[in-house]
Amino acid sequence: MPVTRGFHRRRPEPERGRLPPGQYDTGASWPVLSAEATPQQPAESWTFSVDGLVESPHTWSWQQLHAFPGSTFFGDIHCVTTWSKFDMTFSGVSVDDLLEVARPTSEAAFVLAHSVTGYTTNLPLADVTGGKAWVVWSVDGKPLPRQHGGPLRLLVPHLYFWKSAKWVSRLELMTEDRPGFWEQNGYHDRGDPWREQRYQGDD
Amino acid sequence: MAAWSDGRIIEKDQPTASTVRLRLHVDDRPHHLPGQHYILRLRAPDGYTAQRSYSLASDSDDPLLELLIERQPDGEVSEFLADVAEVGDVLELRGPIGRWFVWDTRSRVLCLVGGTGVVPAVAMARTARRLGRTDLLRVAAMGRTRDELAYAAELERYGATFAFTRDDVDGRPAGPFTAEELTPLLEGVDLGYVCGSARFASYAEELLLACGLDAGAIRVERFGPTGD
Repeated sequence: MPVTRGFHRRRPEPERGRLPPGQYDTGASWPVLSAEATPQQPAESWTFSVDGLVESPHTWSWQQLHAFPGSTFFGDIHCVTTWSKFDMTFSGVSVDDLLEVARPTSEAAFVLAHSVTGYTTNLPLADVTGGKAWVVWSVDGKPLPRQHGGPLRLLVPHLYFWKSAKWVSRLELMTEDRPGFWEQNGYHDRGDPWREQRYQGDD
Repeated sequence: MAAWSDGRIIEKDQPTASTVRLRLHVDDRPHHLPGQHYILRLRAPDGYTAQRSYSLASDSDDPLLELLIERQPDGEVSEFLADVAEVGDVLELRGPIGRWFVWDTRSRVLCLVGGTGVVPAVAMARTARRLGRTDLLRVAAMGRTRDELAYAAELERYGATFAFTRDDVDGRPAGPFTAEELTPLLEGVDLGYVCGSARFASYAEELLLACGLDAGAIRVERFGPTGD
């Protein structure tokens, strides 16, 4: 590929191995991207469900979610629009804890996360189990702001951040993969930032 | 999804103090829909790359791709494009991308756009004009002043409605759009397209909801930091 005449790196070189290919460090800013109007439903009436291919479909109230042992993620997030943000702290409940109650059947292999807006995103079950995914309500010790997906957001930080559905209300377990909102609109089904799986057809 | 291709800068100008407009030629460019974007990638001699997404202002029938870039304070890519890139330079491009924030050229829509968020509305307006379907697409554009709003003259010719937050224009006092101004523009509209900064998008969403548009009929494209 050709070098762009006159272009030089201006940002400091990040710690080796910290930025996935094609990403930049957004520093203190946290860009907001969403495709739909921000929902205004109050947190206290929020519920979260796990259903589909599970032995025991469950719906938890806002209070019941908070009764789980808390779980915190500390690390970096990567948006497909090429910014990455380092050293984020998110708290909520581990998806493992929710699935332990709902008990996925042996056929369950994929999940579709649903938001109250109708937004959806699909993920392999293996990407939301084993300590890799959370349902979170706080960031850096404060309630998650609406524009960033509050009161409740899925967090799957090892994949591009559109997989971390804002305003999440439901995980549906499925036997086959079913493309979600951005996935139907040209984005990759898995979205691994380290393999730069941004768009359908990548990798 | 399209692979990377080379785009040669054919025209470059500065429509407003803070923006630069590039028109590029790409060989064998695929058809695009109004509202879609392209990714532009810059490559340094040491292999470092930086890429950003930019909405297209051009209609698919335009022989060139037109992008509007807003200069960001200390913007590694935007300042390069504004200050260093010249006509004749070749940049890497990939696109078109996005199938959500696009106008299908059949629905009745209102674009409520702010600042450089006017760009996809310009593409939609150009397409509507080419198809002779300007009856389907209304544009309401907001800026600080007329001089600071890119494409203001073109959108005015199109028949857009304006609100300037820092300018009294033609007897309209400075300020954002009001529900009274917007409601008539929403008559018969199927979809509302909102494009602008995060702050603008929050305001615009709330205004469209207050004017009675269903939340499911609002499509949003935001950019930039939260500002808080």
